[in-house]
Amino acid sequence: MKSAVEIANDVQTGATTAVAQLEASYAAIEARNAELNVFLHLDKDGARKIAEAVDARVAAGEKVGPLAGVPIAIKDNLCQTGIPTTCSSKILEGWKPPYNATVIDRLVAAGAVPVGKTNLDEFAMGSSTENSAFGPTRNPLDPSRVPGGSSGGSAAAVAGDMTSISLGSDTGGSIRQPAAFCGIVGMKPTYGLVSRYGLIAFASSLDQIGPFSKTVMDSAVLLEAIAGHDPLDSTSLPEPSPSLVSHVNDGVAGKRIGLVKELYEGADESVVNAVMGAVAVLKEAGAEIVELSIPELRLGLSAYYLIAPAEASSNLARFDGVRFGLRVDGEDVTAMMEATRTAGFGAEVKRRIMLGTYALSAGYYDAYYGQALKVRTLTINAFKKAYAQADMLIGATTPGVAFKFGAKSDPMEMYLNDVFTIPTNLAGDPAVSVSFGKGEENLPIGVQLLGPGRSEASLYAAARVLEIADGRS
Amino acid sequence: MSSPLSRDDVAKVAKLARLRLTEEELTTFTGQLSGVLEHANDMNSLDLSALEPTSNPFGLTNVTREDVIWKSLDREAVLAEAPDAQDGRFAVPRILGEAP
Repeated sequence: MKSAVEIANDVQTGATTAVAQLEASYAAIEARNAELNVFLHLDKDGARKIAEAVDARVAAGEKVGPLAGVPIAIKDNLCQTGIPTTCSSKILEGWKPPYNATVIDRLVAAGAVPVGKTNLDEFAMGSSTENSAFGPTRNPLDPSRVPGGSSGGSAAAVAGDMTSISLGSDTGGSIRQPAAFCGIVGMKPTYGLVSRYGLIAFASSLDQIGPFSKTVMDSAVLLEAIAGHDPLDSTSLPEPSPSLVSHVNDGVAGKRIGLVKELYEGADESVVNAVMGAVAVLKEAGAEIVELSIPELRLGLSAYYLIAPAEASSNLARFDGVRFGLRVDGEDVTAMMEATRTAGFGAEVKRRIMLGTYALSAGYYDAYYGQALKVRTLTINAFKKAYAQADMLIGATTPGVAFKFGAKSDPMEMYLNDVFTIPTNLAGDPAVSVSFGKGEENLPIGVQLLGPGRSEASLYAAARVLEIADGRS
Repeated sequence: MSSPLSRDDVAKVAKLARLRLTEEELTTFTGQLSGVLEHANDMNSLDLSALEPTSNPFGLTNVTREDVIWKSLDREAVLAEAPDAQDGRFAVPRILGEAP
């Protein structure tokens, strides 16, 4: 499949049309969606109108935008008018948002054509998409395995050649981990770089929207198109979208890259080997490698699994049968709310709501939530110290390759899969996972590059070096 | 940090969160949630008393905007997606003891 950059160029020059690209995307979706369960809803009529408008602008001689006529898949926790947004939950089944997320408007303004909504772990809580109320997504590279999560559908859409690019959201690794499992590029941007307006909130102080793609360049083009301040999101950073595309080929000469023990120790041998291989490539390309230990990162998992559920318990209070989605009748309003939430939420969501409610409750607040917020400070300070010694950090994205369905049935075991991705979210910093090397059964491995806030351009430049060395473009 | 959860703790939390649990779910969730809280005890390995808590990674506080009229959602469009609406408002079952 052609990259987004190639498609946009072909559409702009008239070598193809947006409508033809859209039809090709829908043909690819129809060929494999029954098997893989990637898309929950398609917007064929709406997408066709957007594509026709792109073609009309090209015909009129206009310069459309960096994503002219590029079909894109959207995670189903991002609001888009005209089709349902469910968060893969029964509690929102059939609900159609009355507004677009800011990222949807920005995509369309850049010429992109949203084709439909992709599957996820319910309310983005999970690491495998097995928690979707509408069935799991299968990994296109090996359908007996999970695609990762929570943005498993968006990763699978790209890995399965249904679209060249897609959007996901990352609260504790939900973009980077599925990117690693599906052999593609996934970027979790700096907190606040991309507007969260219209992203259904899971953990507001951690959530961030970001891109999936096959190539590093496509990731940069897509992120540049959606980033930048939005007055509708008070937590969005005050500055305009940064220049990323022009830095993709900057290389790593003279950069100090910290190899962090806590970000690969305990991973499978093949994963550790891939990280070491990546380090050798970056060194060969002119980077200086600094070996670091940041023991504070080990506490990140515990802090995350109190902070994120605490915020989720508050955010998900709005799903009470009053304003949107499911209502199960009850004799009074409290009974209605209880019946609705009991029927509408799946087990993992209930688990996290209860965990968060407990962590915030009187008598336990200081011991759990308060303590977790201090560990967050500790993590931020530890990263700051590391970034005084290195420009960026490197480690593994996940402890192993994509696992089989049902392999992690215990919640804590599933949570441990996020151990390398979580610290970045606590710090609000960016990190990218790029496919590098292969593990068991020839499955892809993700190498993770982490940087301080607003360092996306440097991370892309390093990821590009690894992409070239791995033999892809 | 306190010991793991009891069934009564989980039952109380479920009630606060407006969730109904079966006896079987109560048993399962008590074990699973205790496991997560036990793991969280590793946070006690360090003295954190000197640290301030962080709730926003970049310290943004009190972001304000001009007090001007701004576009808002269309009332009819919002109510059309609600489970029940009446007279331009969301409708809910009776509250407290009032007559239905």
